Amino acid sequence: MSTLTDPPKEQFRLSMLLYDTRYRSATIQVIAMFGFMLLAAWLINNTIINLNTLGKPVSFGFLGETAGYDINQRLLDYDNQDTHLRAAFLGLLNTLVIAFMGCVAATIVGVLVGVLRLSSNWLVARIMTVYVEMFRNIPVLLWIVLIFAIVTESTPHPKVYRGVETGAVVVTNRGTYLPEPLFSRSLGDVHLFGSSSLRFDISLDLIAILVVLGLSIFASIKIRQRADRIQEVTGVRPRTWHTRAAVLILPLLSLLIALGFHLGYPELKGFNFQGGTHLRNSLLALWLALSLYTAAFIAEIVRAGILAISKGQTEAASALGLRPNKTMSLVILPQALRVIIPPLISNYLNLTKNSSLAIAVGYMDITGTLGGITMNQTGRELECVLMLMLVYLAISLTISAVMNWYNEAVKLKER
Amino acid sequence: MSGTHAHTVAYVRDTMLPEQAPPASEVGPIGWMRHNLFSTWVNTGMTLLAVAAIYYVLAGVLPWIFQSVWNADSLTECREIMMETWGSTHGHACWGVIKERWLQLLFGFYPPHLYWRPILALVLLLAALSPVLFSDRVSSKMLILTAAYPFLMPFLMWGGTIWGPLSAALGFVIGYLIIKHGSEKLGELGAMIAGVVAAVIWWFVLAGPVTDALSSALPIGIEAVQSRQFGGFMLAIMLGVVAIGVSLPIGVVLALGRQSDLIIVKYICVGFIEFVRGVPLITLLFVASLLLNIFLPPGTNFDIILRVMIMMTLFSAAYMAEVIRGGLAALPRGQYEGADSLGLNYWQAQRLIIMPQALKISIPGIVSTFIGIFKDTTLVSIIGLFDVIGLASAIRADTAWNGIYWELFAFIAALFFVVCFSMSRYSMYLERRLKTDHR
Repeated sequence: MSTLTDPPKEQFRLSMLLYDTRYRSATIQVIAMFGFMLLAAWLINNTIINLNTLGKPVSFGFLGETAGYDINQRLLDYDNQDTHLRAAFLGLLNTLVIAFMGCVAATIVGVLVGVLRLSSNWLVARIMTVYVEMFRNIPVLLWIVLIFAIVTESTPHPKVYRGVETGAVVVTNRGTYLPEPLFSRSLGDVHLFGSSSLRFDISLDLIAILVVLGLSIFASIKIRQRADRIQEVTGVRPRTWHTRAAVLILPLLSLLIALGFHLGYPELKGFNFQGGTHLRNSLLALWLALSLYTAAFIAEIVRAGILAISKGQTEAASALGLRPNKTMSLVILPQALRVIIPPLISNYLNLTKNSSLAIAVGYMDITGTLGGITMNQTGRELECVLMLMLVYLAISLTISAVMNWYNEAVKLKER
Repeated sequence: MSGTHAHTVAYVRDTMLPEQAPPASEVGPIGWMRHNLFSTWVNTGMTLLAVAAIYYVLAGVLPWIFQSVWNADSLTECREIMMETWGSTHGHACWGVIKERWLQLLFGFYPPHLYWRPILALVLLLAALSPVLFSDRVSSKMLILTAAYPFLMPFLMWGGTIWGPLSAALGFVIGYLIIKHGSEKLGELGAMIAGVVAAVIWWFVLAGPVTDALSSALPIGIEAVQSRQFGGFMLAIMLGVVAIGVSLPIGVVLALGRQSDLIIVKYICVGFIEFVRGVPLITLLFVASLLLNIFLPPGTNFDIILRVMIMMTLFSAAYMAEVIRGGLAALPRGQYEGADSLGLNYWQAQRLIIMPQALKISIPGIVSTFIGIFKDTTLVSIIGLFDVIGLASAIRADTAWNGIYWELFAFIAALFFVVCFSMSRYSMYLERRLKTDHR
């Protein structure tokens, strides 16, 4: 303790630990630490005693056992002979899928609604206000359950489509079918992690497309930078849009033709549709509800962000001779984004956490697999809930780390 | 001008023309419409689209609401009546389900002859909150009710003997008296510790036997209600109010801890807040329903509503701490320095200078946290409690009402909307009022 390393000049008395401000904080901290450890030890001790009485000491061995249940909406191969760990892994991927889809849709809808709420058209602005208030003031669980009820009970049975020419998109009460991308000269899959529970197949076609797209974007940026340099030297900006468009489109197009890209349409075979991408009602309802709900919050953030930029900024930009679209992209948006992005990311975080409500409609995300069927089958509540919390905590901490990094990057640089 | 042209111009007007009214197209409803609805082609197009959308929605919804069946005991009967009256079963609501079940949706399985108790508790809640929420209009004498409410509410809701809540309140009174009168002899810190210790001893050692003795000697009380009978919208209000009410002091402590210079205290608080904010509420509810009994001494078993209340309180405490931290951060540094220069110590400064202002700034944030918690109480249906959504699922599973969903969910949504929307409007009113205070 600090009393030993830094002895006071006057005689040390025990009461000085409490009354001398030099030592009081150390005393309080030691007491707090002691109390905290006592509490933790008490809780852990209780837990060990209780679990021993129940005859199930903490063990994660159940993760290697056969799961025995199906996951109907999934990204990777899985059958009910796979392990609980594999099921949890697929659940985690499903959580990430719904979170990603939800964030994208919520951002698009939210930005649109937020801008329209500021529209000079009185009627449109009022409609958007009604939308925002309706979604913000009603629990998201109610929206999820309601939209699930709508998509299961008011959509037609697949047999309605018998003998009917169906298009690319088919809506039935067993889910919605979209066209699926197919490659007749496919490059095949790359198999990661052998045959373990975390085995992961990635389509090489997808990787090739992403690589080509990345290179095209890189080349396009280089062309723009070159145009910027020429403009700075000569004052004349070379016309680049056609080369940039060609660089972006042509390589991708030739790759798709080389891979034999075509769309596979859903077809009614037997009692159900086959082929196409099958979005089950649970996924659809969860996705729609989460994105529409979060979009209402994002709309408010966008509106507040735009309103936060003072009118003087727009006027100053016009005084400098900037055109309206340049004013928006060079003056308003960079400043508004500084206000918008942090609460936007915390809304993404909320959406990800709210996706755990998937369990209400039976979408098999990590809460539905690890915290649902696995927990009920194995009776390992402590281990399952602990893992579930750690997974969500890891996602949250990652997102907030990104947020902190961004805040640091766009912070007003003050001297 | 006039000098050079005076002799060339035949006529120069030397009086002002009378002001003319603006053209009819610029004022009144027509002018308003030209400016707000039809100012450009794009705007006109959007207006027409919006009118079409409103017409489409209203044409569907209004007949559904008003051309509806109220007197029916099952969905089949509803559909028969619809077929007879309008010749189709679509586009007409069947409000019979609400007429039959609305009391259950509101109160759950609370005994019907005791419905006055939750209603009285709600009225008293509004009265107890009024001096806090409308401090400019309601006398501060009502604060006595606010202080008594935390003991009044459990008594009204759970019933039973009156001595339980009274002895719980007595613990606070004992602690307060010792802190107030003991500070001369024991010093301020000593009196604080003595007060807390005395209250804890009273609650955990003496209160139980004393309550038992008093209730057998003087059995004053009202009919007891089991907490598994709680449900419906009442449960949502109760969980929300308890969680926010109890989490407020915890949140203040956590916020102060997070701002503290004491590094260990600070990291304990930060760890708690970030952990709770990082996990979804549903996992905490799993803890309440499956794990809380495992964490407590062997043999501890208390009912699920209480466990859910504990976890909801911890959950909202973390969010509350962040709201109050925002309030603390919004206070100008001069307030802290002013308190220091008056010679106030830490707790005096917090009690007299910092907290009154910080809490006042955070009221809008607290209200929106409350709205969030209130909406999140619906999650208890996932762990099997019969809140409104749980009851709705139960009603839909009933053979009589199998397949009904719009009517039930519209009713529930309307309940939540009324409460949450009025609270958010209140919070906006408050923000406006606080703004004028500061500028």
